[in-house]
Amino acid sequence: MSNRETDEHSGVETTGHEWDGIRELDNPLPRWWLYIFYGSIVIAVIYWVLMPSWPGINSYAKGVLGQSDRVDVARQLEALNQQRGAEGAMLRTASLETIEADPKLQAYALAVGQSVFGDNCATCHGVGGTGFKGYPNLRDDVWLWGGSLEEIQHTLQVGVRSDNPNTRQSQMPAFGRDQILQPAQVDDLTEFVVALSSRSANVAAIKRAAPVYVAQCSACHGPQGKGDIKQGAPDLTDAEWLYGAERADIRNQIWTGQGGVMPTWEGRLSPETIKALAVYIHANAGGQ
Amino acid sequence: MTQLSVQHDEGAPFDVVLLYIFTGVGAFAALLAAAFTEDPLFRFHSYLFLVAFVLAAGVMTAGIGYGKFRSDPTRYSDGVIRAGVIATMFWGVVAMLVGVVIAAQLTWPTIFYFPEAGWLNFGRLRPLHTSGVIFAFGGNALIATSFWVVQRTCRARLGGGVAPWFVFWGYQLFIVLAATGYLAGITQSKEYAEPEWYVDLWLAVVWVAYLLVFLGTIWKRKEPHIYVANWFYLAFIITVAILHIVNNLSLPVDLLHHRSYSVYAGVQDALVQWWYGHNAVGFFLTAGFLGMMYYFVPKRAERPVYSYRLSIVHFWSLIFIYIWAGPHHLHYTALPQWTQTLGATFSIMLWMPSWGGMINGLMTLSGAWDKLRTDPVIRMMVVALAFYGMSTFEGPLMSLREVNALSHYTDWTIGHVHSGALGWVGFISFGAVYCMVPWLWKKDRIYSNTLIEWHFWIATTGILLYIAAMWVSGIMEGLMWREYTPQGFLANSFVETVAAKHIENIIRTVGGLMYLSGTVIMSYNLWRTVRMPGHEALPQGAASLPALAAAQ
Repeated sequence: MSNRETDEHSGVETTGHEWDGIRELDNPLPRWWLYIFYGSIVIAVIYWVLMPSWPGINSYAKGVLGQSDRVDVARQLEALNQQRGAEGAMLRTASLETIEADPKLQAYALAVGQSVFGDNCATCHGVGGTGFKGYPNLRDDVWLWGGSLEEIQHTLQVGVRSDNPNTRQSQMPAFGRDQILQPAQVDDLTEFVVALSSRSANVAAIKRAAPVYVAQCSACHGPQGKGDIKQGAPDLTDAEWLYGAERADIRNQIWTGQGGVMPTWEGRLSPETIKALAVYIHANAGGQ
Repeated sequence: MTQLSVQHDEGAPFDVVLLYIFTGVGAFAALLAAAFTEDPLFRFHSYLFLVAFVLAAGVMTAGIGYGKFRSDPTRYSDGVIRAGVIATMFWGVVAMLVGVVIAAQLTWPTIFYFPEAGWLNFGRLRPLHTSGVIFAFGGNALIATSFWVVQRTCRARLGGGVAPWFVFWGYQLFIVLAATGYLAGITQSKEYAEPEWYVDLWLAVVWVAYLLVFLGTIWKRKEPHIYVANWFYLAFIITVAILHIVNNLSLPVDLLHHRSYSVYAGVQDALVQWWYGHNAVGFFLTAGFLGMMYYFVPKRAERPVYSYRLSIVHFWSLIFIYIWAGPHHLHYTALPQWTQTLGATFSIMLWMPSWGGMINGLMTLSGAWDKLRTDPVIRMMVVALAFYGMSTFEGPLMSLREVNALSHYTDWTIGHVHSGALGWVGFISFGAVYCMVPWLWKKDRIYSNTLIEWHFWIATTGILLYIAAMWVSGIMEGLMWREYTPQGFLANSFVETVAAKHIENIIRTVGGLMYLSGTVIMSYNLWRTVRMPGHEALPQGAASLPALAAAQ
């Protein structure tokens, strides 16, 4: 304590202690620092008085303003319902066809659909709904499970290969991996499928594959390769390919029989929201 | 000098024998766990424990045989600090590199996506980055500097004989267990507390040993008073022990299985988690590094600390108020509103106590401001204090419920955290390491002052790019999330808000890459420093000795 000395630069005394050459000046607390600190305490106390704050045994201080988040949320939701107007209520009862026929109701359903699509469907199908490899394009007129309003609504409700008991279900066999066909037969079939979509392919291979196609593929994809919407079997004659149009993609699909999962939305989205989504998807696609 | 100690060898000291037995028992327990568990992930970690204990036992066998564990009690123990500095820089580069990788994954998700290697997914790498920076880089920096500071300011050798080495290696084992666990998919899903129960238990043992070493050193001190840096270090060590143990209380599904369940449920669990999470910021990243600041800033500036009274008042107000502020992480959630009020108001009251440290640091430089021009290390520490002041103002601001309604869950939070982590924690640690390396390896100076300048400017620019980009993208996405269409539906889907941030994400990645580059430059500079010829004239160890020797 007796080692107090005066710092040359500031003229302030040190506290007289030293640690490894470090000394401390005996400056007072900066006034502005202290006053802001006091001020922040005052603000905190005022806030406690006004707002819900300190707890007691069974309850808590409710605050002079009587503000409550729960009340606020209820009020905001009510205001939102007002904003959404009469169309919101009509969506609940109207049939899909009525919605599409009524321009005002349809515009409303499209707005709902766009909003819901963005947060629920865009993750897989893309923001514009044009899909990715393995995730169907919803903007064209090619539909695996049907493109009518009702079919789209049903797909949304039950999903594809989902855990819904009524799910849409189809499974292409893994012809190569599960050794149903020989690798050479898979090669030949690849040529056959390429030829189905009006592209040039190896003629000898097509001849060899023809009986294999009839035996293994035609039950689902049809004798002409036109597919079957009831079974979710894709049309092989058009230019749309879920898992890729290249020879390697097609061979890979015959080999592995991939099939994706679409979740069931019943229970997650309300019936009127699913309706609005169906109208939105139908309107944006070349619907059927 | 080692010759001397061998002659007087009468067998290994008691603490060495104790640790030797401990490693043997540990190895055996790990072997049993590996043999009997049916959980492949738990077996993997059992093997890691086994390898660590066997290595430790092997090294100790050799060490005891050659009398290596007899050390000179009149000298400071600096070996463990040298190891700590190396570990700090190593983990720093690793953790920041992982940060750059995940920033790139967010920017170019289709390019940096590795479906064949699940352990490279963002979800696995993100905790590796956060824990790597906070606990591996920051933790090693804190342990190393605290060991340096407590010895010098107490004029006493570290307490506990071989225990400081146990703390160091035990902590590295914790880091490896945590990091490999994240990559393998082991997590208890608590932010910054992801490791599972057995890793938590191990860290608790190591941390208590750390506390005892620190307290033991203070106990042996030859100074009448305890220096302020040590108050902060001690508050950091004690509180982190409490936070860690309370937040990680859980029941394993089986003693031979990695999975466990928290003893808390629902909103109580969330509140305990953010009581922990916020005070990890408060006591790990603030109090600990303030301890570092209170030694290295006056030491480097060669000026007395500005105000002893301010250090007392801001220390106790910081300690008292910080512990209440956690609920501000849970605004507008299931947490009762009154709890949110308390969290927000205590955060407001926390503003000035936090700034006390900044004022004391900056004002300490009065009379030495000219050093800012010539000494990039001082400049680094001043910038650290500036970022500390900035982020401790931003924190209370963001804790206001109205501001939080916009900022929460957005990139603004990420920017806030990084102005604290890159600016404050990183720069004050770099400053301390630049100071310590020449002292520890007995050199006159750092190899290249020019390289420190390069480090300073590249890293500072990197931080500014990073946080400015996050402010912009955070406020933008916050506004996009709350935008409604005229019909009353959300205007933007989540993925649209992600797409809107692409440019900011690129800037963030560049900023992070610049910061990492600075750290790599620093590591090279330090490596060259260590390889420089030392001052030969001085006998080994004498350089750090005078104070301690004088006290004998």
